[in-house]
Amino acid sequence: MIALKLAYRNLKGAGLRTWLNVIVLSFAYVIIIFNQGFLDGWSRQAREDMIDWEIGGGVYWNAAYDPYDIFTIQDGHGLPPSALQGLIEDNLAEPVLVAQAAIYPEGRVQSILLNGIDPGQTILKLPTAPLAADIDEIPVLIGTRMAKRTGLQEGDFVTVRWRDVNDTFDATEAKVVKIMKTNDANVDIGQLWVPMNRLQTMMSARGEATTIILSPEITDPPAAVGWEFKDYNFLLKEVRALIKTKSIGGSTMFILLLFLAGLAIFDSQMLAVFKRRKEIGTLIALGMTRTRVVRIFTVEGAMHGILAALVAAVYGIPLLGMLAKSGWAMPEVADTMGIVIAEKIFPLFSIGLIAGTTAVVMITVTIVSYIPARKIAQLNPTEAIKGKIS
Amino acid sequence: MADSRIITIDGLVKKFPMGGGWFTALSDISLEFGTGEFAGFVGPSGSGKTTVLNIIGSLDSPSEGEVIVMDKSIGELSHGEAAKLRNRHLGFIFQTYNLLPVYTVYENVEFPLLLLNMSPRARKKAVLEALEWVGLTDKIKSRPAQLSGGQCQRVAIARAMVKKPVLVLADEPTANLDADNSHHILETMETLNRELKTTFIFATHDHKVIRYLKRKISLEDGRVVKDEIVKAKRKVKE
Repeated sequence: MIALKLAYRNLKGAGLRTWLNVIVLSFAYVIIIFNQGFLDGWSRQAREDMIDWEIGGGVYWNAAYDPYDIFTIQDGHGLPPSALQGLIEDNLAEPVLVAQAAIYPEGRVQSILLNGIDPGQTILKLPTAPLAADIDEIPVLIGTRMAKRTGLQEGDFVTVRWRDVNDTFDATEAKVVKIMKTNDANVDIGQLWVPMNRLQTMMSARGEATTIILSPEITDPPAAVGWEFKDYNFLLKEVRALIKTKSIGGSTMFILLLFLAGLAIFDSQMLAVFKRRKEIGTLIALGMTRTRVVRIFTVEGAMHGILAALVAAVYGIPLLGMLAKSGWAMPEVADTMGIVIAEKIFPLFSIGLIAGTTAVVMITVTIVSYIPARKIAQLNPTEAIKGKIS
Repeated sequence: MADSRIITIDGLVKKFPMGGGWFTALSDISLEFGTGEFAGFVGPSGSGKTTVLNIIGSLDSPSEGEVIVMDKSIGELSHGEAAKLRNRHLGFIFQTYNLLPVYTVYENVEFPLLLLNMSPRARKKAVLEALEWVGLTDKIKSRPAQLSGGQCQRVAIARAMVKKPVLVLADEPTANLDADNSHHILETMETLNRELKTTFIFATHDHKVIRYLKRKISLEDGRVVKDEIVKAKRKVKE
């Protein structure tokens, strides 16, 4: 208690030097929390967006299908397994047929993937209802990114050329019936969504599917012969890896900040031990053990961390609170990177993050305060009383 | 004069490393001090006055011989035990006052009591009483930088006396003070010595202090050359 009281008085007495250290350290708090909160928020949004728009409660892949191997797409389809038929009928599983194709917007050729899906599906947020349009052309649904890249707008026509299961090429006109806005670039860039029955007919693959998306309501996916179930751990792996990479990059920034703040406190402590040796000698003469004096100086340094947390709270809580509410607008370039990233990221500032950051900063500050304070134990009190260095 | 023995110095030798060899600061000093003494080590600079005071105050230890203060052998005390001895039984007054600059007068005087874990009420009573002894009750909220040298030294006396120690060690307490302030300080200490029976031991070469001493121990080159009882006090203002 005495140590805290004395440390507080001394910090107050040090005036501007204390406040400079405290302000730098408070930046470290706010930037670390913002950076990590931003990544946590992105991670949460990416997960939610992928579940809502792309993977539902997990995806069954046809055993021959591998989205990372373009050559498997031609053969990676089949009739949905009997184990999943009941779920498909109850709208708890949604088959999707994938086929390679090319479109010719504005006279250019562009490779795309055709995705056949039931227009009445409800598992994904894809606005597939317009695909039920009864028109001669193939009704297609595309995302805003795709629309921008191809120059297509709602109501535009585009030629689609594909190869069916018998390796026969064919082509027809498609009409853009809907342009959707989604955070999930995986269902947007290079993707054309068409009615399932039209694609099955085009591909001569009646009743077949490439993947079957499960509803998030199904917590215990049944085993299906000839199909492999891919859970969240697998499907979200890439997003997690990307965020981890970003996290490492961000860590460099806050380690640097923490290092600078730590250096300032270390420097102040060194200066304090040098300048205040007379005071140190007096404290010892008044009956303090050297250990206790070391403790006071360490607490004094560590108190920078406490004051910085308070200062950070003063401007950080409203600032980060506002960001958590209004979100952080992402640059347009991020939209075209082919990753799941929203226009706005809403940072997630959990109690764990704040407590963890506070603990990291406090431990760091205490260590950098203790190291110079240890010198006190080596001071000769009779010299220190006179302000001399022994 | 002395009622009972509180300090026994027997064959004290103190050596400091210097260059490749040793410098002998104190040689074969043997003395005794009792309760209520108003004594002082006098002599020129480098005679060993401060060194012997530091050893009595357990801030330093003997190289040879034995120094017993309040039944504790200084040479055998650990850092913790020495701190406890200083905390409970000793008060220090320094030439440069050594007040804690960020504390008020009240807080400076209160400090030794905080280390004794006294209750806030007992602390307040003792601090106000000590400030009354030195006539500074109107300065309790001032900081050392706002006080004159004489006032600072009176705060230092109050800080040394607040816990009513058995022994106060004063190292050149008037060296930075003018004649008026020096006499005022010494009279204060003399009163406290008389009323509270606190033993005062000075290290000084200031004649203003020497005139107040009831026992004068002269040191030269680390040796006691004279140990005399001064019967009549001479208060002569310079």
